[in-house]
Amino acid sequence: MGDVRLMKGNEVIAEAAIRCGCDGYFGYPITPQSEIMETLMIRRPQEETGMVVLQAESEVAAINMVYGGASCGKKVMTSSSSPGISLKAEGITYLAGAELPALIVNIVRGGPGLGTIQPAQSDYFQAVKGGGHGDYKLIVLAPASVQEMNDFVDLSFKLAFKYLNPAMILSDGVIGQMMEKVELSDFKPRWTAEEIKEISGSWATVGKPADRERNISTSLDLDSAKQEIFNHKLQAKYRAMEENEVRFEKIACDDAEYLFVAYGSSARICQKAVEQAREKGIKVGLLRPITLFPYPTKAIQEMLKDVKGILSVEMSAGQMVEDVRLAVNGKVPVEHFGRYGGIIPTPEEVVEALEQKILGK
Amino acid sequence: MTATTEINKIISKENLVYGKTSVLLDNEMHYCPGCTHGVIHKVIAEVIDEMGIQDKTIGVSPVGCSVLAYNYIDIDWQQAAHGRAPALATATSRLMPEKYVFTYQGDGDLASIGCAEIIHACNRGENIVVFFVNNAIYGMTGGQMAPTTLEGQVTATTPYGRDCKVTGFPMKITEMIAMLPGTRFVTRQSAETPGAVRKLKKAAQKAFENTRENKGLSFIEIVGTCSSGWKLSPVKSNEWMKENMFPYYPLGTLKDE
Repeated sequence: MGDVRLMKGNEVIAEAAIRCGCDGYFGYPITPQSEIMETLMIRRPQEETGMVVLQAESEVAAINMVYGGASCGKKVMTSSSSPGISLKAEGITYLAGAELPALIVNIVRGGPGLGTIQPAQSDYFQAVKGGGHGDYKLIVLAPASVQEMNDFVDLSFKLAFKYLNPAMILSDGVIGQMMEKVELSDFKPRWTAEEIKEISGSWATVGKPADRERNISTSLDLDSAKQEIFNHKLQAKYRAMEENEVRFEKIACDDAEYLFVAYGSSARICQKAVEQAREKGIKVGLLRPITLFPYPTKAIQEMLKDVKGILSVEMSAGQMVEDVRLAVNGKVPVEHFGRYGGIIPTPEEVVEALEQKILGK
Repeated sequence: MTATTEINKIISKENLVYGKTSVLLDNEMHYCPGCTHGVIHKVIAEVIDEMGIQDKTIGVSPVGCSVLAYNYIDIDWQQAAHGRAPALATATSRLMPEKYVFTYQGDGDLASIGCAEIIHACNRGENIVVFFVNNAIYGMTGGQMAPTTLEGQVTATTPYGRDCKVTGFPMKITEMIAMLPGTRFVTRQSAETPGAVRKLKKAAQKAFENTRENKGLSFIEIVGTCSSGWKLSPVKSNEWMKENMFPYYPLGTLKDE
């Protein structure tokens, strides 16, 4: 057993960043995720690992600092919550367009507008379908525990550098604020200049030696024919992610006649709802998408030979349910149950919704 | 002897007193005739060459006419979203403190949409160089009003002349920046005569030397022309600039610490 602690999800994001060899964090305070930057400021990683931590003047500046840092082949990240992510949307699409690796953490709160500081999952569309302009995708990971807050920081960077694409941890105020037992990752050193040259030398803007062409970090190509070819390349990359990077968890699915589909904190609630429903004799399982893009479409389709109905449970008015319906394509009934505006559903409510909407009781 | 061989003899290597730096690429420039960007690019390329810092310099290009600056100066470049170049440069400089990092921005990019980013980068005293090209108009989008457009100046969005009661006033952002304790060297230059170009080059040298000595932020405004936007010939543009721009945006060094 390694370094086991009792920590808040947000604090763990900061600790995991330091331990995975992150080079820079750039952020702006917003509830309910300010502990991430506060923890980094207390930890002073610049003295320990050399990691840069900077409070930017705005979310817009923070994401563009990430763009600058990512352009240098560095492991850089930012974090925010819903209204702040809207501000970062411009920078995120530029990162995707320039094919830069970076980590963006969204500790989602209820909206729209300034909304509430309480937890929600109403930014699924923004994270998975776009948010910024243009045909781009983020790699989106949805942690359901403080342990996964730890694990997904390193995983996000690995995937971001593998595909040269920004990755997002889509969490929410529940996971960010709650304390749980966590086994922290071991320390990894930051990449040296030599390692960066090895890993990202073909594109990183670190200063042009005489023996190579200049590296340019840009998303601009005014030639439509070239821009279309570039877009084909991006789409091929997204298809490769769909082939290789789908992650999900199945709970009590072996004999399931009904299915919950839920991610993040809703999945935790559904786990309890599975137990309660099974005590009532309802054979229900849970499929928890871990990657929201790429989405576990095939995993849902493979369940269709056994299940008679699916309830998508989200703390939103119904966003992920659209991807469940696309996967199911009308073969069995799919319904949505959600509380929103910062309200967290109880397991009892979820079981009741299953009975009413799927079992028709 | 034909005319060509005569010319070749005159420009033979031993007779040359000046050559184009190899840091300036041979790509054909997209700038309009009379535009100041080409001269400024050349000055920056020469300074990088003479200081021997080509392999340690990272440029950040803006949105606007000089978005394609990366096609002309042979260094690594980052192309920023509109106005955000100082944020990119901040991270680049902090993550690689041994490098020379500069932004190259126009008046719309720096003084309008990127006002927050430049003010805060200056206030933090980032160890970078900022080249701010002020030609009092938006060039790339077709000649609209900029924050630095002069009172009464006709643009595509002030077709009856800029009315300051409606639009606010021409912004002296360089004076604002000079007030910030994070800045070390703040100067306003031009590039319309050989003498002016020499002064600009000296300022650019000093700015990059400041980076080398980790002195903080150096800010160079260059008052320039936009013949297409102003709808004047290159010669007339220079005259108009001297008559109208220089009195409002006086040349000289505001701060050198």
